[in-house]
Amino acid sequence: MAEAHAPLLSLRGLTRRFGGLTAVDGIDLDLAKGGLVSIIGPNGAGKTTLFNLVTGLDRPDAGTVSLEGKDVTGLSPERLAAQGIARTFQLGRVFGNLSVMDNVLIGAHTRLRAVKPAVPVIGPLLELGLALLRSSSVKAEEEGLREEVKAILSRFGERLLPRIDQPAYSLSYANRRRVEIARALALKPRLLLLDEPTAGMNPSETAEMQGLVAELKAEGLTILLIEHKLEMVMRLSDRVIVMDEGQKIAEGPGEEVRNDPKVVEAYLGHGLSGTAEQESAA
Amino acid sequence: MSSWLDYTINGLIVGNVYALVAVGLALIFGVSRLINFAQGSIYLVGAYIGWVAVVQLHTPLPLTIIFVAMVAALVGLIIERFGLRPLQNSVRIAPLLATIGISFVLDQLVMLTFSPNPRALPSQLPDVRFQVGGGTIGPLDLLIAGVGISSALLLFVFLRYSKLGWAVRAASQDRDAAMQMGVDVNRVNQAVFGIAAALGGVSGLLVGMYYNQIDTAMSLQATLKGVVAEVVGGAGNVPGAVVGSLLLGLVESYGVAVFGTSYRNLFAFLLLVVVLVLRPNGLFASARQAPPEPLTGTFIAPSRPVRIPRWALWVAVAVFGVLPMLPVSFYVLQTLINAWLLGMLALSLTLVAGTIGQVSLGHAALLAIGAYTSALLSLTLSVPVGLAIIAGGLMSAALGTILISPSFRLRGHYVSIATLAIGEIVSLVILNWESVTRGPIGISGIPPLSLFGYELTSPTSVYWFSFAVMVLLALLQARLLSSHLGRSFRAIRDDDIAARAYGLSLNRYKSLAFIFGGFAAGVSGGIAAHLYSYINHETFNTQQSILALTVVILGGLGNVVGAVVGAVALVGLPEVFRIAAEYRILIYGIVLLLLVRFRPQGLLGTI
Ligand SMILES: Nc1ncnc2c1ncn2[C@@H]1O[C@H](COP(=O)(O)OP(=O)(O)OP(=O)(O)O)[C@@H](O)[C@H]1O
Ligand SMILES: [Mg+2]
Repeated sequence: MAEAHAPLLSLRGLTRRFGGLTAVDGIDLDLAKGGLVSIIGPNGAGKTTLFNLVTGLDRPDAGTVSLEGKDVTGLSPERLAAQGIARTFQLGRVFGNLSVMDNVLIGAHTRLRAVKPAVPVIGPLLELGLALLRSSSVKAEEEGLREEVKAILSRFGERLLPRIDQPAYSLSYANRRRVEIARALALKPRLLLLDEPTAGMNPSETAEMQGLVAELKAEGLTILLIEHKLEMVMRLSDRVIVMDEGQKIAEGPGEEVRNDPKVVEAYLGHGLSGTAEQESAA
Repeated sequence: MSSWLDYTINGLIVGNVYALVAVGLALIFGVSRLINFAQGSIYLVGAYIGWVAVVQLHTPLPLTIIFVAMVAALVGLIIERFGLRPLQNSVRIAPLLATIGISFVLDQLVMLTFSPNPRALPSQLPDVRFQVGGGTIGPLDLLIAGVGISSALLLFVFLRYSKLGWAVRAASQDRDAAMQMGVDVNRVNQAVFGIAAALGGVSGLLVGMYYNQIDTAMSLQATLKGVVAEVVGGAGNVPGAVVGSLLLGLVESYGVAVFGTSYRNLFAFLLLVVVLVLRPNGLFASARQAPPEPLTGTFIAPSRPVRIPRWALWVAVAVFGVLPMLPVSFYVLQTLINAWLLGMLALSLTLVAGTIGQVSLGHAALLAIGAYTSALLSLTLSVPVGLAIIAGGLMSAALGTILISPSFRLRGHYVSIATLAIGEIVSLVILNWESVTRGPIGISGIPPLSLFGYELTSPTSVYWFSFAVMVLLALLQARLLSSHLGRSFRAIRDDDIAARAYGLSLNRYKSLAFIFGGFAAGVSGGIAAHLYSYINHETFNTQQSILALTVVILGGLGNVVGAVVGAVALVGLPEVFRIAAEYRILIYGIVLLLLVRFRPQGLLGTI
């Protein structure tokens, strides 16, 4: 059972190897409820792989992931989503042919009453029956969720609301990223993982996104953030973790980490050769 | 046949022939991540060109082989240039569908040119057999082994030591990187298709000589066997394809030795399903982890569906509903009854292939399950026909879903292969399970349609019945699509990884889609059984699966109204234009090709 003061998310010795390459190498991390921790590091440091391990899209070769003291290592992404973990993807993974509304509604999927009974065979058949019969309570639930989606979308001002019925493929790149965040919020997550939410955004869009993340933090949401824009990282984070070649090379408050010679070296060392290396490895 | 040695030799020889097909498939998959469903058709073309050479031109054997290889290579080049190259930048489903269309067109052209009757293809070699150990071996066996080994050597030298061969290897390792380094991908594709086709054509020739018989059914079998061998060896892995082929040949040969000839194909397809489930990257998978597929949402064409106002749909329903009361001919009603039956199948397939993105090529198996269930229940247990049809639908939903479930963990083209194989397995089980299905004799004397004790024998009543059932199924499906399940299915189709990250279990929702779709298909098959009064294992064949797929693409993937419109169009238009039956499949193939090329979202748009 949950220990009284266990951190919301806790990683111990998390490791993932791809052939000869250790993409994530013995990472320890504690994230308290309501906290915001950022992970930074040069390209190929293993940040996204770490996210995949936490969200169940990939399995660790060693180490544990626990949520409020409960071991959830190696659970399927479906189960982890039901436990309240939501994430966005670095390259953007919206459902292209679904409308903005439907994209965000998928975020609320785990909260639907119809999907709750986990009994094999009977559960899915009941779900099918509910979908076809559509009793008034099912309708009311759907209506409620639609209202909720509109409330979530209104956080992005007039960016998404007017496009609520448009298919996601027709949106601009920045808007697709916003849809992803809206979808994550619709899950009512206990833990939100954002993988470079401002990648490809211009400065004013970045500022807007920074404002939103600050707001979410103020509302008490627990957030793990991957971000290259140090300015934003420094403003938002309670703590910063620096990864390089799979390992944690520094951890601490933003300013402290920024001046750490190891960090400076990792960034300089890879900042120049990093891109060339990636190309030849690809 | 006698000794195990004989069976081993036979297995290796047949394996050698499969290898010629499978190596071509592996080369093509390597450079373009495409499973070429037209490979068997080239094999067919090879066999018939060989027949022309041997029987009509009387060419000597070496010349026959070279002639066949060259003509087949030419066909391969034409396919690459006009069938596939224009689709280079289109969605992932497009080239898959194009090779299916090409395969139908080629098969039909051969059939129309040479008639579907089998022909003898003499081997031009002396008919002697040498004693080897406890078995025998003939000159043709040696020839096949020789052609197999020398092709492998030639291919090895080409890939290893020529500049173009180097480019092929580079492109199959990493296409983008190869392009950046200046590799001309079009030339690589040309080379690969040319080689694959030459090998496939020669393979067809040798098989024709081996069995001294060729017929147009060879094509699909060859594609299936080649794909099995290729997948067993690991898609895209050329040496793996050779080993996979020999393994397949041996498994089949020993299977035949133990269980009898009619089980040959069953073993092949079971091997495929087992490998796909347990080792989807093949027996000798390289260290590659992630499946070689693009990451996100590019499987089907994005489109804005055509919105048809509700009242227009109801008007259409009313018009078709009162049609039998107008002075229309029996012939028109009969045609429309066929359209409604096909419409039910298309509704099922558009849900499975369109809405949740599992392009099934074995959908006719669901018809067969429904038809056999309904026919047997009403015949042997005297269940009322109406109930029997519903039972057929339920059986198809349950059994179909269980059978197809091994494919749930697969993606993209693999799903199509698995469903094709599962469809074949169903028809082979029907053929071999004589105590229940009456085997090759089929089931005759199936009672006619009846409802609440009234027999529906007049065309008008059959028309109304099938139309009403189809409209009902369409309404149910529309209701399903507007529920949370509709968006969940579509989300899985667009990006299964993101869907899982948001709690959507692929097994659960793919099962639900197949359960719902299986019911519609089973009902269609059940009605058909009572209409035809006779069915056998070939009544519901791959041609119907492909026809249904064409209907679905024509109407727009996932589009309920589109499925019905597509069915009416594909059944009705050939009648309107009085196109002779033997040209129809050809036309369907061409329609499929044109759609893929010019309107991949179909008439009414993907939903
Ligand atoms: N599925 C995989 N198979 C093999 N190697 C992989 C796989 N996924 C990631 N890698 C490798 O693991 C290393 C870490 O990758 P990861 O994507 O986690 O880095 P990252 O820190 O997110 O980088 P970026 O800042 O560019 O997003 C890289 O060298 C990458 O090539
Ligand atoms: Mg990353």
